[in-house]
Order: sequence, then structure tokens, then C-alpha cells
Amino acid sequence: MKTISELQGVASQVRRDIIRMTSQAQSGHPGGSLGCADFLTALYFNVMNIDPENFKMDGKNEDLFFLSNGHITPVFYSILARRGYFPISELGTFRKLDSRLQGHPSISHNLPGIRMASGSLGQGLSNAIGSALTKKLNGDKSIVYCLCGDGELQEGQNWEAIMFAPAKNVDNLIAVVDLNGLQIDGATKDVCDLGDLRAKFEAFDWQVLDMDGHSVENILSVLHEAKEKLKNKKPVFIVMKTEMGKGVDFMENNYKYHGSVTNEEQTKVALSQLKETLGDF
Amino acid sequence: MRKYTFTEKKDTRSGYGDGLLEAAKRNPNIVGLTADVTPSVKMEAFAKEFPERFVQVGIAEANMIGIAAGMTIGGKIPFASTFANFITSRVYDQIRQSIAYSAKNVKIAATHAGITVGEDGATHQVLEDIGMMKMLPGMTVIVPCDYNQAYLTTLAAAEHYGPMYLRYGRPTVPNFTSLDEKFEIGKGILLQEGKDVTIIATGHLVWTALQAAEQLHKDGISAEVINIHTIKPLDTELILASVLKTGCVVTAEEHNIIGGLGDSVAHLLSRTVPSPIEMLGVNDVFGESGTPQQLLDKHNLNEEGIIASVKTVLNRK
Repeated sequence: MKTISELQGVASQVRRDIIRMTSQAQSGHPGGSLGCADFLTALYFNVMNIDPENFKMDGKNEDLFFLSNGHITPVFYSILARRGYFPISELGTFRKLDSRLQGHPSISHNLPGIRMASGSLGQGLSNAIGSALTKKLNGDKSIVYCLCGDGELQEGQNWEAIMFAPAKNVDNLIAVVDLNGLQIDGATKDVCDLGDLRAKFEAFDWQVLDMDGHSVENILSVLHEAKEKLKNKKPVFIVMKTEMGKGVDFMENNYKYHGSVTNEEQTKVALSQLKETLGDF
Repeated sequence: MRKYTFTEKKDTRSGYGDGLLEAAKRNPNIVGLTADVTPSVKMEAFAKEFPERFVQVGIAEANMIGIAAGMTIGGKIPFASTFANFITSRVYDQIRQSIAYSAKNVKIAATHAGITVGEDGATHQVLEDIGMMKMLPGMTVIVPCDYNQAYLTTLAAAEHYGPMYLRYGRPTVPNFTSLDEKFEIGKGILLQEGKDVTIIATGHLVWTALQAAEQLHKDGISAEVINIHTIKPLDTELILASVLKTGCVVTAEEHNIIGGLGDSVAHLLSRTVPSPIEMLGVNDVFGESGTPQQLLDKHNLNEEGIIASVKTVLNRK
């Protein structure tokens, strides 16, 4: 367990990793990655019961995490490496030929920490439900977490899954949406408005919580509350408010950085705003 | 010439349902999923016997595929079932990413495949599924020819690790194979030895091929008949040995000739032993309403059609 300030330090290093990975690869998705750094740091370092050094595909008696919005691999890989799943130095191979760090999550190169490919959107929640059902059948009391993008909720398969989970009392599942309000073509409300997500999920019989995705304290307390709420035999949905590009002033709330990266000059500026706390890869 | 007979006609989807029940009794990790078609896919007995291992997903095939893939994490062996069109065309990307690319041990058990769905028409008669599935890296594709082979296919699938596409049909067809026969994934079955032509058939057309061979025998043509139940991986050894002997091939299947068994055989032969080949199948059109037999006849997927193809290919030798 880490203290709040230690978690904030990890998140700062993770953000540096994101900028350095995407600028070195000159490709990737830094915006959403920066926005989810605080949440994934808190989740992986203080919340989930996991065994990074002995990664097993079957994940028995461990909490599981599914990344449905697979494009935010920079933050995912940084977190996995910093948490001990694989060597930190490997972050430098991101998106390069023969790397285990594929552009989107893949099990094809046996990267520890990944149990399911994602990238084609809208599938992760179904995958998470499946693994949650297996845990219940196995008498495994662990919890399954799933992160989705907000724009991703435009994919229809999500709504099949959203209908299914409460109807079948999948009470070991916590789904989180990264509500940054932006997607490739601009503001989510302009592309295809998601409307009132809380109302929508409540109408589908989920227990809904709000979370400030950039307050580590709030993330820890909301995740704790979410786990408590699972006792009501229904899944929990967390509306996590974030800013795309969080931590780098010129990237914040700029949808351009969904899928474009910083040039040499911008990378210097970005890194100057992010404290190196654990040593760069 | 070996004589084949049968005592009853049964549907291959029932071979699946009965096989699933037996496999589930043997292995507690087997789970079953369906999308609101439990009786049609013959999963009623399984659902009744193992209610806690049965997942009724509702009419949501994409979610079913995603859940099935997720259920493998922790050791379950999911058999996901609905009509062949809705568990292939409709969810191709879900299968591609969550099952094939993720190398998950999911059995995609598709019923109501091919044109013999009959009266429901083209929306329900998938004729492209073998092609779609065999193009996915790592996917095993099996098309059993009768009830008994479907039963054995299901048991073998339960014990084979990896993504699989199992293609079952709706109509009752002669149940002529034996449950005592050895069934091995990837190993074709030499049903009839011959020297003039090799007939390679899969699924419902295997019985038809045997009938055609019998008729050809009367006409003095010696036809070898091979049942290829596993389209991928293809039994190249058996096929090549036969074609080296006969020098020409007719393939027969209830599928678009593009992407099906014939396509796989032609692919093999063109790279090894280029030989005249006639492919009997549905010739790149959609199906339509009609009785199964009317539809088979319309596309020459019958004894006469196979005989005509044999005569054509013999002329090309």
C-alpha cells in the first residue's frame, strides 16, 4: 500500500512514461492515457489484489482488470511495468517491430498483465462479465474491473452488456467510464451525445457512483464504496470525470491529443511539467 | 465396394446437444451459452442438467461472444451456440478480437448452417461461414456429416484446447457413421476406395457423395470418397495420397464455392499436385426460401449433381 503522496508520485512518473513512449514511437494515444493515469495508479497499487511477479492467464483468486478502450496502452503498459509485471526498460520498445508492447493490448506476444486483446471498441465489458461469471462459478470472491471510454459507449455491444450484468446479478463487477467528453472527431456531445449516463445506467439497474478521476483520495474512497455496494447483488458503474491530456497544460482538454503525439519541442515542454519521481525508463 | 446403410435420419444439431450433455458430465469446466434459441440449438437437456453452467444471454450475440471469451479466464470451456449466421457474420470482429486473436478456448457451436435451413430463406442460410472462420489464424473448423459424427465432434472439441468453429445443420439426414469409429480432429476419413476420381465431401453432402459413388460404380467409374470433417487444419496427407492415385477431384459442400472446402482443396492441389477439380457448392449467390431438398436440387447439390461433376472432371483428366 502506498500513501496518497506516493501514489501521486507514481502517477507523475507514469505521465512522463506516456509522453516519452508516444514521442519515441511517434505514434500512440497520449490524451486518454494522461487522463487515466491517476485512476489506474490507485487501482493497481492500492486497490486490486494481484500478483504481478507471478502472472497467470487464469487469474484465479486475483482481482482482474479489463481495458476496453484499448488505445490507451501507454498508460496501461507504464502501470503494468511500474507495478512489476515486466521490466520498466521494455517501455522503450512500445509500438516497435517484435515488441511485446503492441499498439493495442494483445496476448500474442505473451506480455504479462494482459489477458485479452482490445482495441476494436465495445468488447471489454462483455469480456469482464464473462470472467466475473467464471469467478462466481469457481467460488472465487475476487472482483473484476473494467475501464471503458466515454465515446466507446456509442458501440452497441456495450448496451447488450449493460443490460445483461444487472439482469444476471453480476455482483463482482465494477465498470468505470472515462468521462473526458472528447473523442476523435471532437466533443462527445457533438459527435453523438451520451446524455445523462447516470440516469441511463440507473435505468438499466446498475448502482452508480461519481468519481473525480484526478483526486487520488477520491478515487480510493469511491472504489472502496463501490466494493461495499457489490453486497447489494448488483454491479457498480462509476462515472469518472477526467480531463483528456491531464498534467500537460497544452494537451489538457484538447481532443487533438486523442491520437496524436508531441514533437521534440513539445515533448521537452511536457516533460518539464511532470516530475520525474521514480526514474525514467 | 463398401456398402453404407442407415437405420434412421437424425439432425447434426442433436448430435451437438447430446454430445454437449455428455461432455459436460465428463468435465465440470464445460459451460454453455445461447442467445434465446435453446431448443433450436438442442441445449435444453444441458440447461436442465446443469442450470448453473448454462448462460442465457438473450438476443445479444456480440455480448455472448465477449462473455464466452471472458469465461475462459479461470478455466471454463464455453460452448456458445446460436444459428450459424448470427454466430459468424454478425459477430465476426468479436470472434476475431476476443476469441481468435486472444487465443481463447471457446467452441463456437453453430447450428442451422447452410441452405438446408430451408423455408426461413437467405437471412438465415449462411453460406460464407466456413470461409470467414477458416481465415482466422488459429481457428479450427469442423463440419460433421451426420448425428453420430456431430456427437463425436462435440466430445473431441471439449478435449481440444483452442478456438473452434463447429458447424451443425438443421434437417435430419441419414445417420450412417458409427459411434465406435475413431474421430480425430484434422484427420479425414476414407469412406470408399476408388481409382478414377476422388470425391471429397463435407457435412450433409457426404451421404450424397456415397450414393453418387455407388451409382458411378454401376456405370464403371471407380470413385474414391473422402469425408473431410475438419476443413482446417486440412488433412493434406490423405487428400494428396488419393489425388496422386486418381488424378482428379470433385468437392461437394453446402457452402459458397468461394471460401469453402473446395477452395481449401484447390489451394492445396495448386501448390502441390495441380489436378483437374470441380467444385460443387452454391455458386456465389444467396439462398432463398424452399424446402431443404428443393434448395439442394436447385443448386445441384444432389446425387445427379455429383455424378455430372465427376463426368466433367474425368473429361479434363
